[in-house]
Amino acid sequence: MSGMVERRGKATWLTHLGLIIGVAVVGFPIYLAFVASTVTQPDIVQPPMPLLPGEHFFDNYREALLSGVNAPVWRMLVNSMVMALGITVGKIIISLLSAFAIVYFRFPFRIAFFWMIFMTLMLPVEVRIVPTYEVIANFGMLNSYSGLILPLIASATATFLFRQFFMTIPDELAEAARVDGAKPMRFFWDILLPMSRTNIAALFVILFIFGWNQYLWPLLITTDPEMNTIVMGIKQMFPSGDDVADWPVIMATAILAMLPPVAVVVFMQKLFVRGLIESDK
Amino acid sequence: MSTISLKSIRKSFGRTEVIHGVDIDIEDGEFVVIVGPSGCGKSTLLRMVAGLETVTSGDIHIDGTRVNEMEPMERNIAMVFQNYALYPHMTVFNNMAYGLKIAGTPKAEIAERVQNAAKLLQLEDYMDRKPRQLSGGQRQRVAMGRAIVRKPAVFLFDEPLSNLDAKLRVQMRLEIKALQRELGVTSLYVTHDQVEAMTLADRMIVMNGGVADQIGAPLEVYARPATTFVAGFIGSPPMNFIHASAFIERAGTPALPDAVLRKLWAAPDADALRIGVRPEMFEFCDAGAAMISGTVKYTEALGAETLIHLSLPNGEPMTVRRNGTVSDLAQGGECFLTCSEDSVFVFEKDGRKID
Repeated sequence: MSGMVERRGKATWLTHLGLIIGVAVVGFPIYLAFVASTVTQPDIVQPPMPLLPGEHFFDNYREALLSGVNAPVWRMLVNSMVMALGITVGKIIISLLSAFAIVYFRFPFRIAFFWMIFMTLMLPVEVRIVPTYEVIANFGMLNSYSGLILPLIASATATFLFRQFFMTIPDELAEAARVDGAKPMRFFWDILLPMSRTNIAALFVILFIFGWNQYLWPLLITTDPEMNTIVMGIKQMFPSGDDVADWPVIMATAILAMLPPVAVVVFMQKLFVRGLIESDK
Repeated sequence: MSTISLKSIRKSFGRTEVIHGVDIDIEDGEFVVIVGPSGCGKSTLLRMVAGLETVTSGDIHIDGTRVNEMEPMERNIAMVFQNYALYPHMTVFNNMAYGLKIAGTPKAEIAERVQNAAKLLQLEDYMDRKPRQLSGGQRQRVAMGRAIVRKPAVFLFDEPLSNLDAKLRVQMRLEIKALQRELGVTSLYVTHDQVEAMTLADRMIVMNGGVADQIGAPLEVYARPATTFVAGFIGSPPMNFIHASAFIERAGTPALPDAVLRKLWAAPDADALRIGVRPEMFEFCDAGAAMISGTVKYTEALGAETLIHLSLPNGEPMTVRRNGTVSDLAQGGECFLTCSEDSVFVFEKDGRKID
């Protein structure tokens, strides 16, 4: 790349300056949130707002984790983790299997089924939220993990992605497996699945963050604070009426809510990038 | 060991029939090559034998058992694919062992059989590599190894050498032939390359538009082509097809062998017949002894051989192939040619040879 544009001292400086400003713009609010989570309530309310971390880091985080405002944050973290993992794993399993069916089997209305799946891409959760709520309520799944996970467990995007990937695998591979005596599910398990692992890793990251960041749906179906997820839980911490907002604890919660997605991205970055750019054939 | 027999095999895709009734009997241990241009149905035929394509009508028997409805694995065949179709995430060892693993072969036996095949194919140093770390020739060998370890009744090859460069192709061709001899497994091999067909085959099947035009030993097919298509496809450069009027006339008849003249006179429509002579069968001679004469359009000197392109008196083109370098031919000069009696063929208008 460096060969394309000659690198001169000034240009490098400008590039770096631009990047630094960009990082600062994105990072500053997060930094402020962190600072706010390490000071006391009076420090925040009293202008000017502090710009350096205070001494109450452990106090605030301990309070957030163990008692929180409505429910302890550790409880909400567990809820979010269960929901995000349930959605992610469920979506990957279901879309792998449906893409496998659509690409490798001839059955009546195959194309019609594919287009039906594809059309649901255009319907976000919010559009079908009222009927979905009705169904989940009738099944008695309010305030439960299954209620949090099941409505979000099918993914047209992931199905489409796996379909596209499977279609790039040469037919001869399936035929070779047939000649070797592999039955369809054996082929799926022994050959398609290992070949899809980078795609699965990339999707895992995307879907985990999607699941973790769900807001509206958990807000609707969890009324019991013990079942709150952390992303909606932050909102629930805001005071209503005359209560005083416990900003340090809320900010500590916000910082805690950010950590798992960041960890997933950081630890899976290598696989994630490979999954997006490389096809393993 | 095994025989293969195809009886009036037909295949249609939707309403289009691509194979119009093919009959072949392949003997135990025989190496049969199906050769033909692309789109002639040769791969489809092979895939039907493999069980990867359904048979529209007709019967396929392997070892006397009707296999039409059997899965590929139950037919006891092994196939080598054009692009090798190696499992990219498996090591060479696992690629070769996969079929045995599925069959539930004991681990020790798998290891032994894979080792033996690897030794035979000189792959022992590469057993832990992935296919993408191998060269084209090595991948080809792994694909062969995968076929060998299963000890199948029949080997099926679908243009296995077409992805290799020319030099490697010649080498692998020899190796495949030697391997087949050594193992003695009945083999069916599909190619569009006439040289591969000539060198590998015990018998070859020349396919043309979904029909087997001729089945026979390579040299027999070369020496006695059944149709103009076969005559044009096998042999390089292809056979010349000339109208009788291009030959020199003596006493009111063309200077052709008597047997050829009798065929011409016996035909109801002699004008539509074609006379076929291979380019390498012509010899230079004096004007008095010549059967045919032509004007030199251009020559191609290839070192070991020279191709002389002529224009005949009636305007038709003709190619002559001579060994070595032919230096005394000027462009536009005239040359006189003759050939032996048994190298002249007469073909019907529809392409069939008249015997």
